[in-house]
Formats: sequence, structure tokens, C-alpha cells
Amino acid sequence: MTKKLLSINDLSILLPTGADRQYAVQDIDLELNAGETVCVVGESGSGKSLTARAVMGLLPAPHVRVGKGEIIFGGEDLTKVTYERLRELRGSEISMIFQEPMTALNPVMTIGDQIDEIFRYHVSMSPKERAEKALSLLVDVNLPDPEKIIDAYPHELSGGQRQRSMIAMALALGPKILIADEPTTALDVTTQAQILELINDMQKRLDTGVLFITHDFGVVADIADRVIVMQHGKIVETGTTKQVLQSPKHPYTKSLIAAIPRLKPRKARSRAAEVVLKTEGVCKSFGGGKSFFGFGKPNREVKAVQNVQIELRRGETLGVVGESGSGKSTLARCVIRLIDSDEGQIKLGDVDITKLSRSDLRPYRKRIQMVFQDPFASLNPRIRVGDIISQGPILQGEDKEDASKRAYELLDIVGLDRRSFDRFPHEFSGGQRQRIGIARALSLKPDILVADEPVSALDVSIQAQILELLDDIREQMDLSMLFITHDLRVAAQVCDYVAVMQYGKIVEMGPTAKLFKDPKDAYTKSLLAAVPGKDWHFGKLKP
Amino acid sequence: MENFWSRYKRNHAAVFGLFVVALIIVMAITASFLYPEDPFRLVGKPLSKPLTNGFLLGSDSLGRDVASGIVHGAKTSLLIGFVATLVSVFIGIFFGAFAGYFGGLIDDILMRVTEIFQTIPSFIFAILLVAIMKPSMSSIVIAIAVVSWPGVARLVRGEFLAVKNREFVQACHTLGMSDLRIMLWEILPNCLSPIIVVGSLMVATAILIESGLAFLGLGDPNIMSWGFLIGAGRTMLRSAWWVCTFPGVAILITVLAINLIGEGLNDALNPRLKERQ
Repeated sequence: MTKKLLSINDLSILLPTGADRQYAVQDIDLELNAGETVCVVGESGSGKSLTARAVMGLLPAPHVRVGKGEIIFGGEDLTKVTYERLRELRGSEISMIFQEPMTALNPVMTIGDQIDEIFRYHVSMSPKERAEKALSLLVDVNLPDPEKIIDAYPHELSGGQRQRSMIAMALALGPKILIADEPTTALDVTTQAQILELINDMQKRLDTGVLFITHDFGVVADIADRVIVMQHGKIVETGTTKQVLQSPKHPYTKSLIAAIPRLKPRKARSRAAEVVLKTEGVCKSFGGGKSFFGFGKPNREVKAVQNVQIELRRGETLGVVGESGSGKSTLARCVIRLIDSDEGQIKLGDVDITKLSRSDLRPYRKRIQMVFQDPFASLNPRIRVGDIISQGPILQGEDKEDASKRAYELLDIVGLDRRSFDRFPHEFSGGQRQRIGIARALSLKPDILVADEPVSALDVSIQAQILELLDDIREQMDLSMLFITHDLRVAAQVCDYVAVMQYGKIVEMGPTAKLFKDPKDAYTKSLLAAVPGKDWHFGKLKP
Repeated sequence: MENFWSRYKRNHAAVFGLFVVALIIVMAITASFLYPEDPFRLVGKPLSKPLTNGFLLGSDSLGRDVASGIVHGAKTSLLIGFVATLVSVFIGIFFGAFAGYFGGLIDDILMRVTEIFQTIPSFIFAILLVAIMKPSMSSIVIAIAVVSWPGVARLVRGEFLAVKNREFVQACHTLGMSDLRIMLWEILPNCLSPIIVVGSLMVATAILIESGLAFLGLGDPNIMSWGFLIGAGRTMLRSAWWVCTFPGVAILITVLAINLIGEGLNDALNPRLKERQ
């Protein structure tokens, strides 16, 4: 019989009065056994993070507090113990890793000092022992060159290295429970796969119970033993991973799972002959400049895009995939002339737009438009939705009435109420804002839509809706799309062609189905291997 | 708007400040009804104590009414405070917006110019400017504006730098919007909150500078102001304390009240800063 570590009984967490609901979390029951991974899954606002924080006693009191229920750990109710006792438990018995390792680590202390702190507060050891222990921890989490990293500051490490250090810290005292709050969300897929593996290894070795908070069913499929699905602060379904993923019972779970983009590539459509966008040898580097008076060292030069050739034909979607820093967003911004490329040609149809001046460029602007990543930053908070959508046509010389009429039509097309016209962006949710952004991009009737990670800031169910909308629009308006994404699953769902970028270069390009089935380049292979939940996508699940 | 007021209201001191400033403004507007006489006129026995010889706040060495001087001086102080602030905010926005938006060489040049102004001690610079231009209402306004715009320019530049890379600004570029339009209609409205807060505090500083100039005898000689009253009474501070004290208290209260308003505006316009504390 496995040992029960933690049980949460009938827990409710109160929100401050005036919030949109009374409870952040309501009547939660949860159990965690030694050596087990329990995933809590839900979309933003489902209360999954607050549940985890309640266990650590980290609720933002006094606004948010436990209303009723108990959290039993080793015979103690954590909702009732004193603050001092809670501090003893934190770090030694229960520890936590966070989503953003950069903000969770102290930027002015070296990694070694931060690990050392844990030992100093919880156990008595000589400084030498502590230093040795810290080093061995860093070795345990497979950090390269641990002697160097122990003296490094957080900003000197990569995201993956930081998260590894966080894990080393969390596991320093061999806690019984590890709470992981979206620990891989901010990381690239290949790094994510490594970190998940590391957590898995450490868990096996130390027999830790892991409470893993995530929004990604792919991650769930890879690591969970049991799954808890939350919606609006309530648990809607629990079960083993296999049960929940293969035969979900609750309609919400079903809809969530249905909304997840699968790694199955879409059927390729026949290619049109007309090339609407073509780049030849596009290069762009940043930095290398000097200061005003020419003093000092020139900045380090980064070659963001190197010699990129792409070709986009009418009606097709070309996906550009890559990890952060691969230059995919820079390429998109070069193509749309938000930044000027250093070398090469960008041709819209037959016209080379690379050398056009701003005023000469204006007539071509309307042929290529952009949808941005962050729906909260991409709309001016001080301007009404109607004006946001209609200002493009007005700038291009259309009269105000026609532009407003067009804006109303566009609101219909993107599935928003016509009354949205007179409202401000902050009144809308993320998904609705993204629809407004799409309407703005469509207002000039472009031929080409450049979409820079248009769904990466959205919840899965919303993500599916937006992808569907983009697909519909493309069909309706005969648009061509340049689709930038880091998520191969999304690319599989929407792209006809895929180009894989690494270090500013395109390493492989081809029809989606072919490239996914038979990748040639080693990097493409590693990307595909790192996609979370790929076994599940192909019908295999760990037993 | 309603929201703004409800947040402002939460800071009771700020509401009090607003009340005091409103009172002073009313006093300034009704000055010629309250004391129809020219405040420079000699109306009674010199150096009368407060509440004697018909003087509410006493009279100075020439027999001028201190109360009348304060009421009329309020007009000068407030007017100069507001106008000088407006002018310097405009200069500051102009410099800051261009520097922040265009960056590069333009930024370097504009910011070096700003730094030159920042390195000169502001009050001494103001004295110099007034001395060169001849003391008058407009020269004082110009002097105060010239010494106080660099702060605004720095602030606006920072705000523009932060906002110009936001995606909605990029979206405007892709729509083919002109730079000037983007600066004025897209970015500037998003920077207004901190500008308003800083502006409100600058009014207080401007009033202080004006009083300082008048105290040194560099005020407009034809216009009554608080600084002038203090300057006129400073030699008799020990024998006739009221001549300096009441205008001094008036300056203190006004500056304090305006600072309270600034605090309140800050809480109301930047609510997130408040929560962070």
C-alpha cells in the first residue's frame, strides 16, 4: 500500500468581496501519495494555482484566505498550524517550483548562496559541508559545469539552467512533497522535455509526491499518474491519466481534450501557382553599434536572421516554427517591414518592398497585415474598438462612413457583437481581444496575413476557436498566411507548409505532413521528439 | 471618470488638498470684491498689529494691508504656477516625445541638451534669466518654464520608450500611420497619467520659485505677490512678525495642498503602483 502524504478535504478559498465569484476554489478534495504525480489541469482562472499555494500557506492574505476545509500533512492541518511551523515545513518537507525561474530566484545572489540559505535555515551543518552538498545537488540535476554555476548569478544562466537550479533548491532537503506550478510553461519544448524528465528522475529516486499544476494536456500525458481537472474553482473530474485522457466523462474535460491541437498534420491542399510573397537571402542582425561619441566597446552583434528564403503561394499557410531566439519573429517583422532587413529582397508579388521609402510603401501596406501575439498589448487601451478597426481604411483614404460600415461587417466576421464598436479593449477577454486584432488586420482587405504566435497567450479552448476563425477567414477571403509559432502541434493543425528555424537559419522546409513524418534535419527531429504528449497523440499511452 | 473619482476619494488628504486649492482659487478670483483697493495703496497706520486699526492681518512698514496683499497675491502665484507648468510640460513633452520615439542620434542630441539644462542649479538659473530679461510676469513664467522642463522631458522619454515597442504601436505602423499621428494619438494618451501627476507637483515648485524670485526683488514690481510681501517684511521679522509670517503660511498651505492633490492623482491614475506597496 502506498503511503498517503497529503490530503485536502473539502477545501474552499474565499476571494475578496467584489470579485467575480465568491470562492476561488470550492469544496476541493485531493490526495497525494508518495512517489506519485498528480496533475491539476485547468484553464486560467480555474483556481489551480491557488490550490497549490494554499498547501504552502502562500495565499495572498488577507484578501484571499481559506474559508473552510483542511489540508492534512503528516497528521497536521496546514490551515491551522502556526506561521513558525509552516516555515519549518516549507523547503524541508514541502517545497515548490515556480513558472518563471528568473523572478523566483534572487537576482543579486549567486546560485550557490541561494542553495546555502536553505541549509542554513533548516539544518545545522558546517559551511564546508554545506558547500559540498550544494555542489552535489547541482550535479544531481545534471547542470553542466556545476563548479561554475555555483558561483553564477541567475541572469548568467539560461531558462532551462535556472529551472534546474530551482529544482536543485527545492529538492535540497529531500522534501516529501514537491509542488510544481507550471514549471515548464516559460521554457522551450526541448528544454521542457528535459526538465520533465529531470523531475521524473528525481521523484523516482527520492520517492517524492509531486503536485503538478499545468494547463497542457500534453504534459499531463507525459508525466501524470492521476489527473484532476478544475473549472471555475471546482473539481469536475478526477481519475487516472488513462481514464481521463482516453475516456473523459465530464463535458468540460471532453471539450478541453477536443480543443487540444493534435500532432497529426492536416491534409495538404493543392498548391496554387501564384507566389504572393517571396524572400531571397534576407539577413538581419542586431547590435554592433557604438555610443554617441564612439567610446567604449561596440555591442555584441547578434545575427537574428541569416539568408532566409521562403515562398508563400496564394491561399496557403506557411508555418515558421522554432524555439525562442530562433529569429522567427524577427523574420516576420522584416517581412512586414516593421524593421528593415540588412540584406536580401522581400517581394510582394513582383514588387520588391525592401528598399521602398515609408511613403512609397504605404500603398503596399494594405496587402500585408499582421496579427500579434499578446492580445493585451496589441490594442491601444485608450481607443474604442470601432476606431481601432476603422482607422486603417481611413488612413488609406477611405471616408469615415464606409470605414465604419466595414468595421461593423468585420465584427460580424470575427464573431463579435456589433455593440462592441463603442467599447474599449479592456472590457474584453483575451480571446475576444485577439478577434479584434484579427478584425483590424482584415480591415484593409490584405492578401497576406502574418500571424506572430497569435494563440500562444490564450487558453486551449480559446486557442482552438481562434485557429478555426483564422482558417475560416483564410478560406473565405482567399488569404495567404505566414504563421509563426513555437508549438508544433498548432503548426500541424493549421499549416500546409512548414519551415523550421534555428539560430536565424531555416534548417528544413517542406509540406507539413511529409516533414512531420519523415524529418531530415537533426534539430527538427529533436523538436518533434520533445513535443509533450506525443505518445498520446499517436494513440500510445504509458500504462 | 466615475472610477477615477472614487479612487481619488479614497485618499482623504487629497480631497482636503483639493478643497484648500479650490478655496484659494475662489479667493484669487474674488480678490477685487474682497479688497477693491489696490494692494499697493497705503491705507492706514504702518506696522499695525493684526486685528488692530481695521487690519485683519496687520499692515506693513508703509501701511499697506497684508490681508489684501495675500488675497491679490494668490492670483499672481496661482497664475504663474499654472502657466509656467503648462509651458514647461509642453516643452518637456516635445523633447521627450521626439527623443523617446525616434531614438538614436535624435535621442542623443535632445538628451544631451536636456542634461545641460539639468546640470545648472535651477534657482540660480532662474535668477539669471529674470535678471537678463527684466522682471515681468512673462519673463518670470519663461524663467520658471526653462528651468523645470528637463524633468518632464526625461519622464516623457521614458514613457515613450516603454510604449513605442508595444504591439499596438507596431500595428499602427503596419496600417501605414504617420509618425506624428502615432506619437500624438496613440502613444501620448497612454503616457498622460504620470505627466499629470508630475505636472501637478510642478505647480507647487513653480509657486515656490516665483516666491523666491519676488523675495529677492526680482518679481514684477507692478504686481502684488506673496514673495514680494515676504521680501518687504524680512528686515522687520523680529519687530513686525506678521508681515512675513502670513504670506509665508499662505505659500506653505498652497504648496502643501497642491502636493496632496498630486499624491491623490497618483493614487487614482496609477492604481497598480499603490497596490504594490
